[in-house]
Formats: sequence, structure tokens, C-alpha cells
Amino acid sequence: MDKFTIQDLDLFYGDFQALKKIQMKIQPKEITAFIGPSGCGKSTLLKTLNRMNDLVEGCRTEGTVLLDDENIFGTMDVNLLRKRVGMVFQKPNPFPMSIYDNIAYGPRTHGVHGRAQLDEIVEQSLRSAAIWDETKDRLKKSALGLSGGQQQRLCIARALAIKPDVLLMDEPTSALDPISTLKIEELALELKQDYTIVMVTHNMQQATRISDKTAFFLLGEMVEFGDTEQVFSMPEDKRTEDYITGRFG
Amino acid sequence: MQKLREKLMQGVFLFSACVSILAIILICVFLFANGVPAMAEIGFFKFLLGREWRPANDVYGILPMVLGSVYVTAGAIVLGVPVGILSAVFLARFCPKWLHKILRPMVELLAGIPSVIYGFFGLVVLLPFVRQTFGGNGSSILTASVLLAIMILPTIITVSESVIRAVPESYYEGALALGTTHERSVFFVVLPAAKPGILAGVVLGIGRAIGETMAVIMVAGNQARMPAGLLKGVRTLTANIVLEMGYAADLHREALIATGVVLFVFILFINLLVSVLRRREK
Repeated sequence: MDKFTIQDLDLFYGDFQALKKIQMKIQPKEITAFIGPSGCGKSTLLKTLNRMNDLVEGCRTEGTVLLDDENIFGTMDVNLLRKRVGMVFQKPNPFPMSIYDNIAYGPRTHGVHGRAQLDEIVEQSLRSAAIWDETKDRLKKSALGLSGGQQQRLCIARALAIKPDVLLMDEPTSALDPISTLKIEELALELKQDYTIVMVTHNMQQATRISDKTAFFLLGEMVEFGDTEQVFSMPEDKRTEDYITGRFG
Repeated sequence: MQKLREKLMQGVFLFSACVSILAIILICVFLFANGVPAMAEIGFFKFLLGREWRPANDVYGILPMVLGSVYVTAGAIVLGVPVGILSAVFLARFCPKWLHKILRPMVELLAGIPSVIYGFFGLVVLLPFVRQTFGGNGSSILTASVLLAIMILPTIITVSESVIRAVPESYYEGALALGTTHERSVFFVVLPAAKPGILAGVVLGIGRAIGETMAVIMVAGNQARMPAGLLKGVRTLTANIVLEMGYAADLHREALIATGVVLFVFILFINLLVSVLRRREK
């Protein structure tokens, strides 16, 4: 069954149409990569999937996005949507509190207060995000003391702590050095066994390295969508070919 | 020519900067030169911890006034800080834009009202209200605290609001993305992140409250005796100086200046605290 079904999605910022008639099905337990030049709408589409676009003034959508056959613009509670669809941002944004509290924040919000239970969630999340060994001796220390790459893995752990189905990643490695980037990529491959991952990336090598499906966007339109191998080796659309061979963008 | 002008202007700037520094140094010198010998003559501990202030008998103990200032200020903090911080949260995070346009200038106006007007308001409105509601004759620690609480609101609100606004939006978004409500994101992520700055605002408010003179004199009763209760009158350090300076002479006059020294040390300490907090913020 499809995780997300996007049908005829239009999105406007005021008078500007940022997304045009997007049709797309995102499969569970795969990594789907969104690529395209800046301003093509890929981040906008990503942020529509957990309705973070609601924060943008003058933003409105038409069409439907189904999460497991339920319309996310319908009666679904937006906070529950975001609990099911976690997000990792471009710039690591740990809260200015301890590592432990960063992870425990989400579960606490959703009503988990038992000490033992929280301890377990924190350990499990940090382990899943491959950062447990680096942090287990400093859980009470401020998360801001971690390196950029560690902070980003912490943010992934924080997102995992509320047990989402889907993980959205908005250029999660663009602010990181190559070694940290590699770690995040390995982590993403690990995580796709349990989660559906949708990732925006500027880095086409990254898309080829880790994604199963790739969608190419241009000027608010989805130009091509298919198996990553197919898109990069034999693109059907001329514009896709131009982009991935580096003729523009 | 160009160079000469630049040199000249540099001199003007340097002079301007020196004027304020000179003023501070002169105030220090004046206060300490006049106050410290008086303290020595009265006896340092007798002065600071003495429980009686009877200038007619040359008995100068300022503990009642120290406690008076501390109690009135503490009262203002207890009443004013929660209201101030919550107002700031509202202005920064909950208030619709059109309302913000009205509220913010009003808060700023509150800061610009002369303290004697506040005192008048206290005398005519608060004092009778306290007398009728809680008893006593109205001139009391409680009345002064309420009035001071109102007076420190603009300081706390404006400082806190700008600090809350300065918290990176990414914290707020990160919290929302975890399925947190707006309210919870603001109170459990944004507000804690703004804590050091808010604390600096509160300490600034304390400084304002402890130094306030006119408004307090008009509602506090000003009896130079140990504070006896929330509804009893009290005299602050500032009031002590103002009320008696007009006719004081010799040791009495110097004792008042020494009172000023004590107040000055309080303020120095508070400013030090503010700058430490500001530094920690960074």
C-alpha cells in the first residue's frame, strides 16, 4: 500500500503558484529523493507532507494528500499528523537543553512521563540514530556542545523518539562535513527498514547513493519520477537529462 | 585639512565619552568621600544593622530602611514579574498583529510616565483600595509593592519580548514538527531558551524598583521603623534621603549621604548581575 498518495496538488504562496498539479505515490520503507534546482518546489512539497507550510503566511493548497488513505488536509489533527510524520531540518536545530531532554521532549509532549519508560525511549532512539555511544556518558550535558554532525543525528533521534511512520529530511547533510554526511547517509539506509523516508537533496550523488526512487522538480512541476537507477541512467524527459548531466541548475 | 578635521572630530567624540565617565567618577568620589567617614564615625555595623533611626539623638541605624527597600522591591517582583513575562509571551507569540500595534506603544508609554504621576495614581486609587479591601490606613508595603510592580512592567515586558523574539525560529519549528501544540512549543522550548535574557530584564526591573523614590514616598507611609507587616507603613532608603535632606546638617547630613552609598552599592551589584547575565546569554 502507498504511504503517501498525492493527487492534483497545487500550492500557492499568495499569488505565486509554487507547486503545480503534483501526482505522486510514495512507497513505504523506501527512500524517496526530491531533486531539482533551488526554488523548484521540492522543499515546499516536503513541508506540505507534515503541513509545516501552515506556518507560512498566505500559503494555501488545493488537491489532496493521503497518508495511509487519510486526507491530511481533512479532519486529521495536525499535531497527530506531525507525530506520524517526523522531520529533520536542513540546519541541525537541537533545543538548548540537555541531550536527554531533547529526546524526551517529544514523548513527554505526547504523554509519556514514567522515568523508566523515558530512559528506555531515549536510549533506543539514540541507538537507532547511531549516536548512543558518543552521548551515553553525557546525557545531562547541553546538546549544543555536540558537533554539527552529532547534532543532526541527535535531531534524527529526537524525531524517532515519537515513533513516526515517515521521516522527512530537508537537505539533512547540506550543513555538514563529508564524514558526517556519510554517517547520516548510512543511517538513512539503516532506517529505511523501519521507516518511510522522503529526502530533499541538492547533492545528486547522494540521491544515487541512497535513494530507491527519485523525483525531479522544475519550476513547481514534477518533471519525472521513477526508480533512481532509471532516472539517472535513462531519464525520459529531456529536462531531467539536462539537469543531471549538469547543463543547468 | 581632511586629516585635521578627522582628528578634531575624534577629539570631540573622546570628550563626549569622557563626560559620562567623569560624571560617574565624580558621583563615586562625592558619595564615598562624604559617606564613608560618617559610617566610620557612627560605626560601620551600628550604621548598617542599627534598628533605630533617631537623628535628634544622633542615633543612625538604617536597617529599617534597608529592609524597607528590600521588602517593597521583593513585593514588586513577586507581583510584577509573572505578569510582565506572560505579557511579553503574549506580545511576542500570541498577539495578532493589529493588536500588537496598539499594545506595544502603550507599554512603551507606561515607561515614559513620570514617577510622580504614578505616585499620584497610587495615592488616589491604590491607597484607598488597599485601605478598604485589606484594612490598615492604606500607606503600606503592599500599596508600594503594587505600585512598583506596575512601574517595572514596561522594563520587564520590553526586554523579555525582544529576547523571546530573538530566539531562533528553528527551535519553535523543531518543536512543532514533533507534533507539539503552539502553546507547548512556546512555553517549553522558546521560553526556556530566552531565560537568561529574561532574567536580565527582571534584574533591570529590580534596579528600577529599588531606586524609585517619588512614587514610593507618596504611598509607603515613610515611618522610620522596622517593617511590621504587609499593611504597615515603611520607609525605603531613597525616601529616607529625600525626606530629611532638606533640613539635615552635620552628622545627620553625612548619615544621609552614607544612606546614598548603601543604595549605590545595591545598584552597582544589580548592574554587575545584569552584565554577568548578559554575558552568559552569549
